Amino acid sequence: MNSRPISATATIFAKEAYYELLKYIRIPMYAGSTLLFPVMFYILFGLVMNRDSSMGRIGVSTYLIATYGTFGVMGASLFANGIGVAVERGLGWMQVKRASPMPPFAYFTAKFFVSLVFSVTITLILLGLGLSFGGVHITLAAALTLIAILAAGVAPFCAMGLAIGFLTGPNSAPAAVNLIYLPLSFASGLWFPIEALPKFLQHLATYLPPYHLAQMALGVVGGGHSGSTGYHLEFLFGFTLLALGVAFIGYRRDEGKTYG
Amino acid sequence: MMAALQQVPPMKPRSLEVEVAGLRGVTKTYGDIKALNNVDFSVRAGELVALLGPNGAGKTTAVKLLLGVAAPTAGTVNVFGGNPVNPGVRMRTGAMLQVGKVPETLRVREHVSLFSSYYLKPLPLTETLSIAGIESIKDRKFGELSGGQKQRVLFALAVCGDPDILFLDEPTVGMDVEARRALWQQIRNLVARGKSVLLTTHYLQEADSLADRVVVINQGSIIAEGTSAEIKAQTAGRRIRCVSRLELSSVRQLPGVLEVRQDREAMEIHAAEAEAVVRELLNCDPTLSALEVTSAGLEEAFLALTKENGGTGSVGIGHVGMDALGRPNQM
Repeated sequence: MNSRPISATATIFAKEAYYELLKYIRIPMYAGSTLLFPVMFYILFGLVMNRDSSMGRIGVSTYLIATYGTFGVMGASLFANGIGVAVERGLGWMQVKRASPMPPFAYFTAKFFVSLVFSVTITLILLGLGLSFGGVHITLAAALTLIAILAAGVAPFCAMGLAIGFLTGPNSAPAAVNLIYLPLSFASGLWFPIEALPKFLQHLATYLPPYHLAQMALGVVGGGHSGSTGYHLEFLFGFTLLALGVAFIGYRRDEGKTYG
Repeated sequence: MMAALQQVPPMKPRSLEVEVAGLRGVTKTYGDIKALNNVDFSVRAGELVALLGPNGAGKTTAVKLLLGVAAPTAGTVNVFGGNPVNPGVRMRTGAMLQVGKVPETLRVREHVSLFSSYYLKPLPLTETLSIAGIESIKDRKFGELSGGQKQRVLFALAVCGDPDILFLDEPTVGMDVEARRALWQQIRNLVARGKSVLLTTHYLQEADSLADRVVVINQGSIIAEGTSAEIKAQTAGRRIRCVSRLELSSVRQLPGVLEVRQDREAMEIHAAEAEAVVRELLNCDPTLSALEVTSAGLEEAFLALTKENGGTGSVGIGHVGMDALGRPNQM
């Protein structure tokens, strides 16, 4: 009598995702800044300043689609999950959801969905700009593969966002996200090509998830310099599991905590 | 108040013997703090139970345990014969918790529609909106609402699934008098339809006028349980109010006086029997004026109970009085 038909469960997942997206689209600060930063950086450094330069085998305008795409994916995922979860958890909304018959997984799927929509949108904008104004020439297959890789890249950063969301509070989460997101982007070669960074940073980068996603994305457009796709995939997969484990510990720990 | 009571719709027969939710020997600690200490109580089918206590008494903790969003340190929690985390149990449960922040950019009807989808047989959207009295604000974004309106939306989320039991944690906080009365009426209607309700409150008036049974809780322990009449009877007595030149300390010495306090220009005395005390007061102070004698209310009973129980600074008029502004607490 109390089991829910699959169609009703599907409706919950769809509604949860739809309203989660509405929630963020209606916050201009979130929607704007998530899209704006990678796009603005790309226009500035890829189209205005270095349009005709090249990075190894490929043009800068092509190279930066991969790295600013990674930057955008990371931002969209960390903000929706890290700050979103920390605020809803710390200020009691998550408890209202947990007390309801909502399948808990629907909540997290919705956050993942929002990150995915914003990430794909960023990638499409960057590709559109590059193809129209940056003299970028890539095959349709390469463009589709790039979109798919960056979309899949949402997973490790959603997991990382959840871990932050469950370990920080509503006030500290924005600071924590920025403290992680900005240095990580720099050190992974998302802003300036990794080859331009000091040697020790180049070595450090191999331990950072954004570096691996960016290298996979670069590989698709003919750039990238080290490691096989398999190696990057393994790293990102392992990292995702680790972050999910940390998030899960935080989720269980919440049961013993009070927020008023 | 009496007018409101007379509006109660005809009661359906209830089966008050059947327990639908309960705590058995439950202790809950948060670090060093014992929020609940070996607590037993139950809600029976079709019954409205008020969990009454000052801030920090453990009311919210009890509700969280019954909702399965917190786990007990010791003892068992039972809702509809099962663990409250069981999805089948959650399907029959509605909850109103104190929330610091609700997603503000979603509209009222969107919030209600989403929560309705979680349940197998939700009420039609229009009915939920009408029960909570929020039809006129259904297109507003949550962030644009007043405190009382927000509470009504949270109430709508609790009732939208047509649950068999409702847990309402301080449902009328932040509401003006009119909105509070309207919500009380809706809660009575739900009980008349056979629903069981557990509500927590620190408004004595709320417990007095709504509840079939009042459970008084202080510092994590239950200190009294019964109808509000029974609880008042436990500390039966009279309230004497007068303007007098006598010192509070000397009045406190009079035989039969339980408590004395200054209330602006008047003195308020809580006594077991009024006659002897009044005779003595008139003897000692011929200028005594504005004499009033009333039966002690739940408030006196509550103060006496929490005092006996060793309640200290946490219990006082400021905490348990009928705060007309409905200041939010313990967020």
